[in-house]
Amino acid sequence: MATSAGAAEKLTSIPGLLERNARVHGDSPASREKEYGIWQSWTWSEVAQEVEALALGLLTLGVARGDHIAVIGRNRPHLYWSMVAAESVGAVPVPLYQDAVGDEIAYVLGHCGAKYIIAGDQEQVDKVLEVEGQIDGLEHMIYLDARGLRKYDHSSLTSYKALQDKGRAAKVDLAPELKRRSAALTYDDTCVMLYTSGTTGRPKGVVLSNRNIIETSKNSAEFDHLSAGEEVLAYLPMAWVGDFIFSIGQAYWSGFCVNCPESPDTMMTDLREIGPTYYFAPPRVFETQLTNVMIRMEDASRLKQWMFKAAMGHAKRVGPQILDGETVGALDRFKYFLGNIFVFGPLKNTLGFTRVRVGYTAGEAIGPEIFEFYRSLGINLKQLYGQTEASVFITQQKDNEVSADTVGTPTPGVELKISESGEVYYRSPGAFVEYYKNPESTADTKDAEGWVATGDAGFIEPQTGHLRIIDRAKDVGKMADGRLFAPKYIENKLKFFPNILEVVVFGAGRETCTAFINIDLTAVGNWAERNNIAYGSYQELAGHPRVLDTIQTHVEEVNASIANDEMLSGCQIHRFLVLHKELDADDGELTRTRKVRRRIIEEKFSDLIGALYDGSDRISTVTEVTYEDGRKGSISATLEIRDAAVSDGSERMAAQ
Amino acid sequence: MKDTVEGHVTADGRTIGGMLMEMRNITLRFGGVVAIKDISFDILEGEIRAIIGPNGAGKSSMLNVISGFYHPQEGDVYFRGEKRPPMRPYQVARMGIARTFQNIALFEGMSVLDNIMTGRLTHMNSGIMAQALWWGKAQKEETENREVIEKVIDFLEIQAIRKTPVGRLPYGLKKRVELGRALAAEPKLLLLDEPMAGMNVEEKEDMSRFILDVNDEFGTTIALIEHDMGVVMDLSDRVVVMDYGKKIGDGTPDEVRNNQQVIDAYLGVSHD
Repeated sequence: MATSAGAAEKLTSIPGLLERNARVHGDSPASREKEYGIWQSWTWSEVAQEVEALALGLLTLGVARGDHIAVIGRNRPHLYWSMVAAESVGAVPVPLYQDAVGDEIAYVLGHCGAKYIIAGDQEQVDKVLEVEGQIDGLEHMIYLDARGLRKYDHSSLTSYKALQDKGRAAKVDLAPELKRRSAALTYDDTCVMLYTSGTTGRPKGVVLSNRNIIETSKNSAEFDHLSAGEEVLAYLPMAWVGDFIFSIGQAYWSGFCVNCPESPDTMMTDLREIGPTYYFAPPRVFETQLTNVMIRMEDASRLKQWMFKAAMGHAKRVGPQILDGETVGALDRFKYFLGNIFVFGPLKNTLGFTRVRVGYTAGEAIGPEIFEFYRSLGINLKQLYGQTEASVFITQQKDNEVSADTVGTPTPGVELKISESGEVYYRSPGAFVEYYKNPESTADTKDAEGWVATGDAGFIEPQTGHLRIIDRAKDVGKMADGRLFAPKYIENKLKFFPNILEVVVFGAGRETCTAFINIDLTAVGNWAERNNIAYGSYQELAGHPRVLDTIQTHVEEVNASIANDEMLSGCQIHRFLVLHKELDADDGELTRTRKVRRRIIEEKFSDLIGALYDGSDRISTVTEVTYEDGRKGSISATLEIRDAAVSDGSERMAAQ
Repeated sequence: MKDTVEGHVTADGRTIGGMLMEMRNITLRFGGVVAIKDISFDILEGEIRAIIGPNGAGKSSMLNVISGFYHPQEGDVYFRGEKRPPMRPYQVARMGIARTFQNIALFEGMSVLDNIMTGRLTHMNSGIMAQALWWGKAQKEETENREVIEKVIDFLEIQAIRKTPVGRLPYGLKKRVELGRALAAEPKLLLLDEPMAGMNVEEKEDMSRFILDVNDEFGTTIALIEHDMGVVMDLSDRVVVMDYGKKIGDGTPDEVRNNQQVIDAYLGVSHD
């Protein structure tokens, strides 16, 4: 592994790692991007040159130490290099979510006082220009894709290439300064600042030092034996801490290659072409893929359906054991081998998972069926638990200790404790430095001894020592009669049904629980097509009586499954409605990482919640929606409210 | 008759050059029907020129005259100051004029890539045998052509459907592919016959952006027929208005909008 030389060298910053990689792995690919239909690649030494040229260019603009440089755009090698170049001149890179709207951008830029912005294309430049008036101190903007920008005023706008050329031209003069600045970087300097998605309130700027990023990358890379030969696909938002760790932290530590898709629409094809060996996806992505496979299997010929069913049945039985290296009978092994040739192999190839050696999912609970499906195919899918403040890793599952409902044991270097109230605390080398310009929040989250509160309620399973997360600590509440209210737990159970995309459960301080449900348009739409149910819009389909019937059976199934749970039986859903619109980040109902914002939903749909509790069987409402271009409109609808059967756990237990 | 117009700069900063094409007293008849009656107008280098008019005004016929598909009985077409002899459409294409059609005319069974590749035909010189055997010059030529096409695909943001058969695409995307095929020919003059017909607002906005970007990035001169007045007035530098085969107006969008004859024939009166 590349770490052997590490001790003697000064590997205390990302630019330092880049220099090492250019020396050690000079000729192996570091970045790839599909453009013009071909995978273009850059070796580590080429990347070092690109980064140097850009860093020199930044110096010509007069970037000072400690300046903030915002980076916004889709995953492209050049933007990753921008962040490294920013660090090498002593500035702080601040990646932003590319789908953030004007206001969000204005807030973040204003908060960190960014003087420079490196934007992916015209769309991003336009968004910044739109809010330019609200932010002071913005000095210069750099853009990557020149398309459509020719006519813009270039007095404080430069193309990426032009800036690099300027940097190269000034190399003689500025190279010593650049060298001085990058050599001065220590473990305590800021590596990157990431804004949390803001499940509650305004986003907070999490300052992560070189120590945080490099130590975490080192520990987690060793944990999974990541080497310079790995291939990853960078497709998750650059502003998300996970992407920073995978595509910069671990990639620069281990020296592996980061591949960027051609466009967001071609992600699946690009995934297949690259065949990553190390892969991360939120549960949603795995869910969607599985849904697509199932839908397509329904259209397949009978023979294929039979083969798929037979092979998958066998794989479910022995696949996970084979993956974990447990003893399995020779006949079963042979059958699995046949299944691999005819079904799993081609399927994995279609999904782009043929070479996946380590796969992770995190962020939300994953349905046990989904998790098992991928594992039985022989894909080493594991779970991890982490957050921005921890530089991702808090716990992760070891190769042979994988289960759907825990998140594993602490990552090397991480200490864990559970407070009396049930909240999970950790202390690790990855624990963040501070929230930028927000000492109160920093003090609330991180104590003097370095213990950081995660805000999640959980417990450590006595038998296995694995951590299990129940819910956000502040969301775990009490119902009117004092019973435990854990909405996320119920929501996840419901979301495991392919027909249900999103659920919001209410019930804190109330007698009974109720729920808002979003249907999954892919799954339900396909079902509607099969059953000759015509619909003109999402709203129409969501209000169809037969759809409501189906959802009702799902709700009742979940109710029955928790009726016997002593702790959670109070969370059975008594009444529900299917929302007339999809919850959307543009309307502020979800975070950019697609987590439900409860408070906002409670306020926005207070009339609907009222109706859920006042016994009425339908409610008319008007909802404001925001279109992708920022314009607003409204939709009105009359929603039907359904009662779901609940069973009284105590009676049933007595009867049994 | 107007002399060659000096280059000037538009409000949004594009340079519009000298005369690219000039129609002088064009009359086109089909038997007894007069489709175009004594029309003269010009197209300047680098501008977006719109032709508007009610149904049956002769707009498409005019476009067909420009593209060399119809040969007018009277009048002459001047291209870059020289009188153009009657030509076959492929000869016109070689001169650097490409077009899209009102009703999409793509090869439905072929992939997007192959469809766009057909736009490169005028740029291929190797013989049929060499191409069939993928031998010598043909090989190099295909690589070069593919490069041009990939830039077009990137430009139109259709990477995700590169290998999809055109027949499976929705209408809006087919229109985009057709534009791609025309662009692949690297035309000097691009003729668009109702590029927005049948599109929803979002598709229209996309298409408008592509048209503006084509004009801006490649400096391509564009002549287009369109019914959506909002689009025409926003996009074009100058507008020709036709009615029953006659020209009833010619000028900037503002001039045309205020021309009484045009209002009567076509735009209608706003009822305030």
